[in-house]
Amino acid sequence: MNANELTIAAARDALRKGELTAVDLTMSCLTAIDAGDPLNAFVHKTPEIALEQARAADARLASGDAPAMCGIPLGIKDLFCTKGVASQAASNILKGFKPEYESTVTTKLFDAGAVMLGKLNMDEFAMGSSNETSCYGDVVNPWKVDERRLTPGGSSGGSASAVAADLCLGATGTDTGGSIRQPAAFTGIVGIKPTYGRVSRWGVVAFASSLDQAGPMTKSVRDAAIFLGAMSGHDPKDSTSAELAVPDFEAALTGDIRGKKIGIPREYRMDGMPDEIEALWAKGREMLKDAGAEIVDISLPHTKYALPAYYVIAPAEASSNLARYDGVRYGHRARLAQGDGITEMYEKTRAEGFGKEVQRRVMIGTYVLSAGFYDAYYNRARKVRALIKRDFELAFADGIDAILTPATPSSAFGLGEMASADPVQMYLNDVFTVTVNLAGLPGVSVPVGLDAKGLPLGLQLIGRPWEEGDLLNHAHVLEQAAGFVAKPSKWW
Amino acid sequence: MLDLTYETPKPKVIAGAKHDWELVIGMEIHAQVSSNAKLFSGASTRFGAEPNSNVAFVDAAMPGMLPVINEYCIEQAVRTGLGLKAEIHLRSAFDRKNYFYPDLPQGYQISQLYHPIVGEGEVLVEMGPGVARLVRIERIHLEQDAGKSIHDMDPNMSFVDFNRTGVALMEIVSRPDIRGPEEAAAYVTKLRQILRYLGTCDGNMQNGNLRADVNVSVCLPGQYEKYQATQDFSHLGTRCEIKNMNSMRFMTQAIDYEARRQIAILEDGGSIVQETRLYDPDKGETRSMRSKEEAHDYRYFPCPDLLPLEIEQGWVDDIAASMPELPDAKKARFMGDFGLTDYDANVLTADLESAAFFETVAKGRDGKMAANWVINELFGRLNKQGLTIAETPVSSAQLGGMIDLIGSGEISGKMAKELFEILWTEGGDPAEQAAKHGMKQVTDTGAIEAAVDEIIAANPGQVEKAKANPKLAGWFTGQVLKATGGKANPATVNALVAQKLGL
Repeated sequence: MNANELTIAAARDALRKGELTAVDLTMSCLTAIDAGDPLNAFVHKTPEIALEQARAADARLASGDAPAMCGIPLGIKDLFCTKGVASQAASNILKGFKPEYESTVTTKLFDAGAVMLGKLNMDEFAMGSSNETSCYGDVVNPWKVDERRLTPGGSSGGSASAVAADLCLGATGTDTGGSIRQPAAFTGIVGIKPTYGRVSRWGVVAFASSLDQAGPMTKSVRDAAIFLGAMSGHDPKDSTSAELAVPDFEAALTGDIRGKKIGIPREYRMDGMPDEIEALWAKGREMLKDAGAEIVDISLPHTKYALPAYYVIAPAEASSNLARYDGVRYGHRARLAQGDGITEMYEKTRAEGFGKEVQRRVMIGTYVLSAGFYDAYYNRARKVRALIKRDFELAFADGIDAILTPATPSSAFGLGEMASADPVQMYLNDVFTVTVNLAGLPGVSVPVGLDAKGLPLGLQLIGRPWEEGDLLNHAHVLEQAAGFVAKPSKWW
Repeated sequence: MLDLTYETPKPKVIAGAKHDWELVIGMEIHAQVSSNAKLFSGASTRFGAEPNSNVAFVDAAMPGMLPVINEYCIEQAVRTGLGLKAEIHLRSAFDRKNYFYPDLPQGYQISQLYHPIVGEGEVLVEMGPGVARLVRIERIHLEQDAGKSIHDMDPNMSFVDFNRTGVALMEIVSRPDIRGPEEAAAYVTKLRQILRYLGTCDGNMQNGNLRADVNVSVCLPGQYEKYQATQDFSHLGTRCEIKNMNSMRFMTQAIDYEARRQIAILEDGGSIVQETRLYDPDKGETRSMRSKEEAHDYRYFPCPDLLPLEIEQGWVDDIAASMPELPDAKKARFMGDFGLTDYDANVLTADLESAAFFETVAKGRDGKMAANWVINELFGRLNKQGLTIAETPVSSAQLGGMIDLIGSGEISGKMAKELFEILWTEGGDPAEQAAKHGMKQVTDTGAIEAAVDEIIAANPGQVEKAKANPKLAGWFTGQVLKATGGKANPATVNALVAQKLGL
């Protein structure tokens, strides 16, 4: 086994015991990254930074000052601003942008001794479910069926692909409507979106501020617990970050869920849901039941309105958040013709800089906020959002500890397969995940099995707000019971 | 304290070609909050710094940067609300007002459309002794200022300076209760005075720290009263908004011009188009900036980067407890405690520094005399030399000491004017300077008595005449004063002359 194939937990233990150095571990990942170019996961490699950080981590390890993430090589989604390193949100409009500041999440990770291997591909501005909207081109899923290239999902497709292919031990992701959980499910890894406000958004390029939340993407639930602990915590620079202490998430992984109540929401049984997904869901229920949990059928009656509400609120916020990309101060500015004024500068810059999907969402968002349509769309969507949140609150008030749903309506699909489809077909990928963002809850995707084609499938567990530890414990039980150990066979 | 009651002033009436018209004016005042740091960043608000030197990452709208509320700006807004006797909203929220402009880096201004921090209040605007307009305040909200576009530095390029970007503004919105150009100027003056007393805005109009958008409409006499009774705007005329006025003089000119323009259109059978206009002081006219149809769709929505702002009543109470005395109260006190006239009290309370100066001078002295000296001599002299009260060469202690010399009869009022001149140019202690310049009145009755005796002895004829007609005793007084070089106290001389002549 190569060092890059280790889990964070295993690497941590080996590093602490001195069986492995952070430099060797990092070298192993850097080699894997270079070999992994066909996956198109890493878009900016930072080997110098990685080795410097690895040497510093080895020094800390030697001095006995070694937090859990010390010496752990990670990939960082391109949405995170990293000081002096290209941070483009996979968009041409931020071409050449190198921030003068470090995001709170990466600052925390670096303070804990983590190593940055480079920046990871993603959908442009995190808008997409297949990682096909990136200015860097598609990310390829390490899992393959026949010779067909598959999507790793999106928007954290680079993160998912990199972790699944062992290019790094873990990666940061962000999740606005499912962007951590869906790609995690498509690539057979673990991804958790924490409670809104658990992780600072400062220095993360904004998509939809009231929904965006960063989280870890890892090879195991234990890794997610360790990684999440290092990312989390109150940040006075983010007004929406919660002033709550960060519990020891790893310590919560007792494996004991006896007596816990697991809700099965009937509204998540969609028409035309593939049998395989249905079967997987049933399998998950049995596993949790066998572990001593009580399975309860519940109703989350406003679920069917979640996707439309999400596709009003998220574009509305995005249309405003992306207004700053105007060519005036940084990033791309269009070459202007004689006589062009400020309006032409905006129009040409944004037409050249933004891809089609971003333009579509900016237009939708502008429309739903415009005079005369605001109440019909944006305000109504906000009301729906409040109802969805209340659905969950009522379920939790009834004693439900966690809710089990499928993570995605299918396994990974082929790249380009949806190119000519109605955009709504793509948006349907988020049907099981957006409710969690709208309600601000923690949700985790756990790989549970393979479909008939041999592709990974995941289940989602949704937890009580601020109870990520308990949620991860449920995920841990599911993971142990599923015994998912399959790996993509290396073709790259 | 005096209870001051006021009559309501008459609205300004403009005679059109066909009939009379009345003015209706409402205002939005943008007042820069006095704060060292910006509304959502730690960057400095200092005026006149090098372009783009006071800019935090969030002010420049760098990717991923987030606003964090500056609590002091909230406190200042609450203090302003309390100063305008307004309702303080314990829960308010910030919204985004979206539009594209190069001096607006975020592409939106963070403002408070739906839930402003301050609700209804009022401002008493005096238009003369015993006459005042009570202008209702609709709301005050906090918002970010924009930066500055510079178009005249290069023939081919424009530049932007973000120093002002994100500085906190209070937008103070009045009801359409102002009824003429002079009232409009008086309203801004009064509001500015209150803000300066509160220390929540320095009121510097030249730097743009206080600027007004003025909504002007005209209506036939009687219509406004219908509006007042129903609060139904349809009784009033269509308004035009004159943007960004930062001079009282131009404001009154602009309102007058705008009202006459509207009257001419209406009397000509036309109708007023609701629009935004700019005043051109060179041409003395307003011109259209954009019509209602061209108006931006600002797509306001709650700012998702900021949670609703919740403040506690206890905190508001603490601010209320630390409020300074405001102009109306101070004026009433000056009138009550010092017996000042309405006019003098207004002059002396116009700004805090003048009021404080006066109070130091007046403390333990004759208030009216103190007011006369401060207003007529000191302010007169300061104005003449273009100095502010802070720059006065004569301190309150010096002026007070001088007034003491008058009060004790040691110098005459006439001498005091000379002494004031000496204090102004040379400085020094008033009593010492009076002595040094030989100004002290002779109150030593022995010396005066000798002079009286001497003049009586030398003028027997006059003595006879005076005994026959006591009114002529004044001649002796004049002679004595002349003999003593004007230093003898006239009252003492009078008494002695009367006594010696046996009158």
